[in-house]
Amino acid sequence: MFPDPTEINDGDAADKEDPAESRLSDVAAQEQSLDAEPLSDQEKEQETEETENTERQNNDSTETADGGTEDAAVDHDQSDSGEFVVTVLAKAKLEEQGIGVKGRSSPLLEAGTQECPAFISHRDEDVTGDSWRQHRKHVFVLSEAGKPIYSRYGSEEALSSTMGVMMALVSFVQSGDNIIRSVYSEQHIVVFLQKGPLVLVCVSSSRQSEEQLRGELLYVYYQIISMLTQASISRIFEHKKNYDLRRLLAGSEKILDGLLNLVDSDPSFLLAAIHCLPLASSLRDSLSHILQKAITPNLVFSILVAKNQLLTIVQEKTVIEDTRLEPTDVHLLLNLIGASSAFQAGEIWTPICLPLFNPDCYFYAYISYLDPPECTVCLLLLSTDKEAFYAVAECKRKIEEAMVAQNSLSLIAKAQSYSVSQVGVSDLRHFMYKPFDVPDTYRQLTQFTSPEMEAPYSSEEEKMRLLDLYRFMHSRIHSTSRPLKLIYHVAERETLLAWVTSKFELYTCFSPLVTKACAITAITKLLRWIKKEEDRLFIRYPPKYSTTPNPSKSSRGGKSDQQDSTDNGFLSLL
Amino acid sequence: MVPGGAQRRGDPPSRPVRTLRVKMVLLGSSAVGKSSLALRFSKDEFRSTSPTVGCAYLTRVVHLSDVTLRFEIWDTAGQERYHSVTPLYYRGAHAALLVYDISNRESFIRAQVWLKELEKQHIPGSTVVWLVGNKGDLAQDRRVSVQEGQVLATERGLSFTETSAMSGDQVVELLLAIELCDSAHRVYEGVGAQQEVLSEWRETPLVDLCRTHTFTPAASCCRVGP
Ligand SMILES: Nc1nc2c(ncn2[C@@H]2O[C@H](COP(=O)(O)OP(=O)(O)OP(=O)(O)O)[C@@H](O)[C@H]2O)c(=O)[nH]1
Ligand SMILES: [Mg+2]
Repeated sequence: MFPDPTEINDGDAADKEDPAESRLSDVAAQEQSLDAEPLSDQEKEQETEETENTERQNNDSTETADGGTEDAAVDHDQSDSGEFVVTVLAKAKLEEQGIGVKGRSSPLLEAGTQECPAFISHRDEDVTGDSWRQHRKHVFVLSEAGKPIYSRYGSEEALSSTMGVMMALVSFVQSGDNIIRSVYSEQHIVVFLQKGPLVLVCVSSSRQSEEQLRGELLYVYYQIISMLTQASISRIFEHKKNYDLRRLLAGSEKILDGLLNLVDSDPSFLLAAIHCLPLASSLRDSLSHILQKAITPNLVFSILVAKNQLLTIVQEKTVIEDTRLEPTDVHLLLNLIGASSAFQAGEIWTPICLPLFNPDCYFYAYISYLDPPECTVCLLLLSTDKEAFYAVAECKRKIEEAMVAQNSLSLIAKAQSYSVSQVGVSDLRHFMYKPFDVPDTYRQLTQFTSPEMEAPYSSEEEKMRLLDLYRFMHSRIHSTSRPLKLIYHVAERETLLAWVTSKFELYTCFSPLVTKACAITAITKLLRWIKKEEDRLFIRYPPKYSTTPNPSKSSRGGKSDQQDSTDNGFLSLL
Repeated sequence: MVPGGAQRRGDPPSRPVRTLRVKMVLLGSSAVGKSSLALRFSKDEFRSTSPTVGCAYLTRVVHLSDVTLRFEIWDTAGQERYHSVTPLYYRGAHAALLVYDISNRESFIRAQVWLKELEKQHIPGSTVVWLVGNKGDLAQDRRVSVQEGQVLATERGLSFTETSAMSGDQVVELLLAIELCDSAHRVYEGVGAQQEVLSEWRETPLVDLCRTHTFTPAASCCRVGP
């Protein structure tokens, strides 16, 4: 099918890239419909837009090794301050604190092996110990005044001097009218993100790209916003620069820890898309219908979740006219529910902010499990009216009754993720498929589908290794300097193919000996299979309801209850 | 229809009886044991809990000979970020339990701050306020004496008890006492009528200081993901 690939091989078997990919990438832009055989026509295509076969971005460990010094990347080429930054960060105080750890780790070979078991509290960890230094990814949140707010590992108090140094760095670069974005050292990358009065820092040896790490810091920021709102945070710090935000975040460390564990282990965050639970479309429709019927004024979202995956979501009509629910907001909601057993204690009524929907306002969320004591099926009803508890709780009763009548719970219990073997393509071990083909009339939630990770990716280490490979492929595809459309990557223990078109983004993992021709055929089959199964794999047409008596702009203007009066409250506590 | 989370005690009586609703709210610092008490009230259980998010609503139905009591328990979050929304939950309560931890002096001091807050909000006479020293089983770590609790309660005209959610000590007694106090105050309402009780709370409208635009997603900075 394809000419023999001329593989670039610099002796490191971990990475081979194929010049043929540029040809494919060109075709990919030609919009093949999913039904057609998207790849078979491409053989004819000869044009090449760019030849992507020489750049070797992923092996920077060797590159930096010969230089013997660290790379610094500060915006706008401020090489002098950059050098200073590196000296301070790598050689001075921070080195004592664990940045500049010995022992290399390559994401392609041994990633994940140092990862500590998930969901163990690291709060009490000794921050001077080696094990603290060896964490794959540290995340710190501090205030502009340099006050610690959150640290993924170790207590914030013990790290206050480290955070002080970080803030000194940020301010130093700032004083030169610049923004520090990242610092590269031999084994680590330090990424900074400043959002309003908060500074977020990630120190990673995971070999993820700077953009990916910054994206993860943004998730952390948004999770904080979801609890406090952006407006409150700004106002608090306007009032009192050195306010200790931990007062207001007390008890939420678990939520942030949980988020970071998910970010590491769940590709939803990488893809910025929702993974819904595969469900017969008739069952999903009937569930949606149940939600659609149980409404009350000012209800805006009804969300049904099982095993921490979305079953269905129904949205208020006028709301989705203006905007759509962003995957990030859903991720934050799911993490909140998953991270705490608090929701198992009865019916919860709590203010919550959806940062991408509106970072300054609270919704009032009714959260209740429908199957106590197992607590796997969870209902979320979001209202803009803080006094609507009884009305919204009544909606839950209706939903519960209808679900009993239709035996929905036992049907949901049978639902499960699928095995890649169902696709019927040998050599295909795993994939992630994110379609962009949104029907115009529906503001669809960005979703992706992916089978269960099975052998050889059943252990935590191997799962993480595959995810790291995907992250690597993703960073190449989305590279800001040189985005790619298609990558055929022969790794040591598997072969991966990533492909992005205007209709979808696809990551596939094959057994190592698959030929390129086989991989291409397999992808064609896979795309056909997905097309055939899409009603089951995706929430196809997010249903809507209308809960505003008069769904005009004016009626929405009247819903000022969504606006939060708690700002006063926070300020009064200062 | 069985209310969510409610537990029927024995068979429902055959003849129609009045159902009376008792709204009860639990207030106090984080980790004093409000959720643990609520769990004792509603299910007579003790298990490990997580810090409450916002507020948890639980119910317990108690059948007495001539009346059915439906306790609606509002278990609020003690964490500071929720303090400003707590009035949302305690307005209109028939009984408020102000809980502190006898092994944590700070929580007793916070309870007095809560009390001030509550006194500002509630219409005297409509809410019976209980001061509850919880974790009575931790006698060896006691930091607040029984007498201090009792004195504070007497000064402020509150009822007082010490409980242990862990052992269950004095929990049922407290529930029964609330019942009795409540009937004295005649604050029962029929529950059959579909009253939306929260609508009564509008007596203290909160000033809306914020802009009134809604449903407008933030214009910028709204992209996430790598
Ligand atoms: N020894 C003892 N421990 C208790 C008792 N009641 C609660 N606890 C423990 O105290 C801790 C906090 O209990 P919670 O019931 O979650 O506290 P809370 O007041 O609801 O906390 P927030 O929801 O954050 O406001 C838990 O570890 C409980 O097991 C008690 O009577 N005795
Ligand atoms: Mg609680």
